[in-house]
Amino acid sequence: MRIKSTLENYLFVLPAVVIFAIFYIIPFIWVFQLGLYEWDGIMPTKTFVGLGNFREIMQDKIWWQSMVNAGYITIIALTFQNALAFLLAWACDREIRLKNFYRMVFFIPPVLSEVVVGLVWQWILDGNYGLLNNWLIQLGFPNLARNWLSDPKTALTTVAVIHSWKGFGWGFLIFLAGLQTIPKELYEAARVDGANAWQSFRKVTIPLMIPVAVLVSILTILGTMQAFVLIIAMTGGGPAYHTQVPVLRILAAMRGSSRFGYACAQGISFGVILMAISFIQYRFTKKARQA
Amino acid sequence: MRGKVLGKSFNLMLSSVLLLFAASGCTPKSQTAKPTLTVWHWMTDREPAFNELAKKYEEITGVKVNFELYAPSDAYTQKVRAAAQGANLPDIFGILGEKRDFASFIKAGFILDLTPYMEANGSIWKDSFFSEALSVNEFIEGNSYNVKPGIYGVPIDIMTIQLLYNKDLFEKLGLDPEKPPVTFQEFLDIGKKIREAGLQGLVSGWGEVWMIDCFANNYAFNIMGKDKVLATIRGEVPYTDPDWIRVFTLFKEMQDSGVLYNGIVTMINKTAEQLFANDKAVFAFNGSWCVNVYKGMNPDLNYGAFLPPQVLDQHPYSIWGGAGSSFMVSAKSPHKEEAVKFLQWLTDKNQQAYLAEATNNLPANKKSVTEIPDILASFSRSIEFATHPNVWGVSEFSAVIEAFDKGIQSIIIGEKTPEQVAAEVQAVKERELAKQERR
Repeated sequence: MRIKSTLENYLFVLPAVVIFAIFYIIPFIWVFQLGLYEWDGIMPTKTFVGLGNFREIMQDKIWWQSMVNAGYITIIALTFQNALAFLLAWACDREIRLKNFYRMVFFIPPVLSEVVVGLVWQWILDGNYGLLNNWLIQLGFPNLARNWLSDPKTALTTVAVIHSWKGFGWGFLIFLAGLQTIPKELYEAARVDGANAWQSFRKVTIPLMIPVAVLVSILTILGTMQAFVLIIAMTGGGPAYHTQVPVLRILAAMRGSSRFGYACAQGISFGVILMAISFIQYRFTKKARQA
Repeated sequence: MRGKVLGKSFNLMLSSVLLLFAASGCTPKSQTAKPTLTVWHWMTDREPAFNELAKKYEEITGVKVNFELYAPSDAYTQKVRAAAQGANLPDIFGILGEKRDFASFIKAGFILDLTPYMEANGSIWKDSFFSEALSVNEFIEGNSYNVKPGIYGVPIDIMTIQLLYNKDLFEKLGLDPEKPPVTFQEFLDIGKKIREAGLQGLVSGWGEVWMIDCFANNYAFNIMGKDKVLATIRGEVPYTDPDWIRVFTLFKEMQDSGVLYNGIVTMINKTAEQLFANDKAVFAFNGSWCVNVYKGMNPDLNYGAFLPPQVLDQHPYSIWGGAGSSFMVSAKSPHKEEAVKFLQWLTDKNQQAYLAEATNNLPANKKSVTEIPDILASFSRSIEFATHPNVWGVSEFSAVIEAFDKGIQSIIIGEKTPEQVAAEVQAVKERELAKQERR
């Protein structure tokens, strides 16, 4: 009876397990296997190269340049994007007029299509007919007008800022939820003890928001390092390699060079690096909290 | 009790699912003897015309043809590759990409050799095509891809990639609108006029790099001739050769003269088409497919086409061209004969003329080039100068092409000199040659 009941339970979850295995586990294992081969994605035969693809990645200067570019975009996201998200969440957590309207508006950028956002910003930032340069000239700053996406000095930072604009809504939502879980009694107690607004913020809000900030920063790192749709829409990875990111390199290996094995090896390397970053960050924040 | 109810519900659900599968498997087969052909394509602008032709073909022969559109072309390419791996290719499809990908499909047994059909009845089908269009789909004796010699694809249109100029803006610059530049120096001089007038010059999808490759190749052929270009690809001539540095220097000269649109290095071709169609650029570098595109964006656009202005006149003109789009027949299709018959009909004079009129693309059938718009006719007249990497018999390493094209972007943005880029490209070439030897 008990065995039958247990078997029935497993039978109910079997379809989900089978689908998960087919679409996640098997492809995951297959990626590791393909990383050891040279394969063009078409021929039925593959050439075993062992760790050759991984050795090539170690010497691939463009791959590491793309990692640096992704790291730069991530740093901008961790600072500018998350600071903006937190400040806006803090503002919307207070009793202000049109609070609900602001909450809705701030969540619009993340739900927009990345391709649409990229193309719209491309037009705004166009060096010849773009709105931004037009405004700068009208405001009396013609020397600031430039080709934001084609100038190697500004392309990566511009892409990073637009990415932060697109992504801050998620952090805003999570920070807002976190702020709303802080008991109001703690603020009242702080007020009774004579704490001013800044002291309440420093002694009550910030310590209680640290776990939320850790979660947001982990999600920011993982999400931003994998950014590529916005970059394809705005710059295509150019000019030259100035806005190349790891996912674009993986796509280039697959579609441009027809080197599926090398692309899989890049994907594995990238995944390992992201896991290492997440682990280091988790350990660091755990130690900081314990301290 | 609850367990019994749950057990019964599960049994009922499982039985229903099994019955459903059995029922669908037992559906009676269609009583019609004629097959249905499936054609996969990526050409959004030709979908209505294809569907009209499919209807007409069914009326004549009783064979139903389903055109299925999968766009954009990147998504289409991935779909075809995935279908090949899953043994799920349609009866007729196209292959986008380089000739080595085409060769891989053939060697993997996915594509039917059309040579017997092309050469039947005194090669009547083969001779109906422009030779430049057919050669893109052909593998010759001794080809470097180790593919059995033959014709494996059917061109359904031809294209050339040339320079275009806006006649109205030419007049604004004080230039004769019927006299586009003939020499490269004239082209640069117009650039200076463009800059002084506060206009914008050449637009093209140079953010997509393959178009830089095309433009650079035109001038490589012009400066050093076809033999030296192919010798470079074979590794016999280094990219640091003075002729190649001259090719790279042309891009610096264009940037310095002001003939390039500000921001061309990150431009996609669609943006370039929009800018040129809206009179925002004096020049464009684009393929003959642009005629239909510009007609849709701005039917009043007053423009002309011209061959790339020459640097030297020692070597003949060369532009990229040949087959624009081609279809192949799946070697695993159960309806191979019907598929070939359909393609023979599709590339017949009348159907090609219809496609040319409906979609403003150049017909692949020589007899259909009769009543086409003047601008399209100017593209077709240049087909004699057409070449394409897919007909050279050798192909450059992808890593070298990327270094070459990205290097040119670096020259345009003033980051590197032509000599630096030449050295970097040669370094990549030597690395790839060494890798090839190790394998």
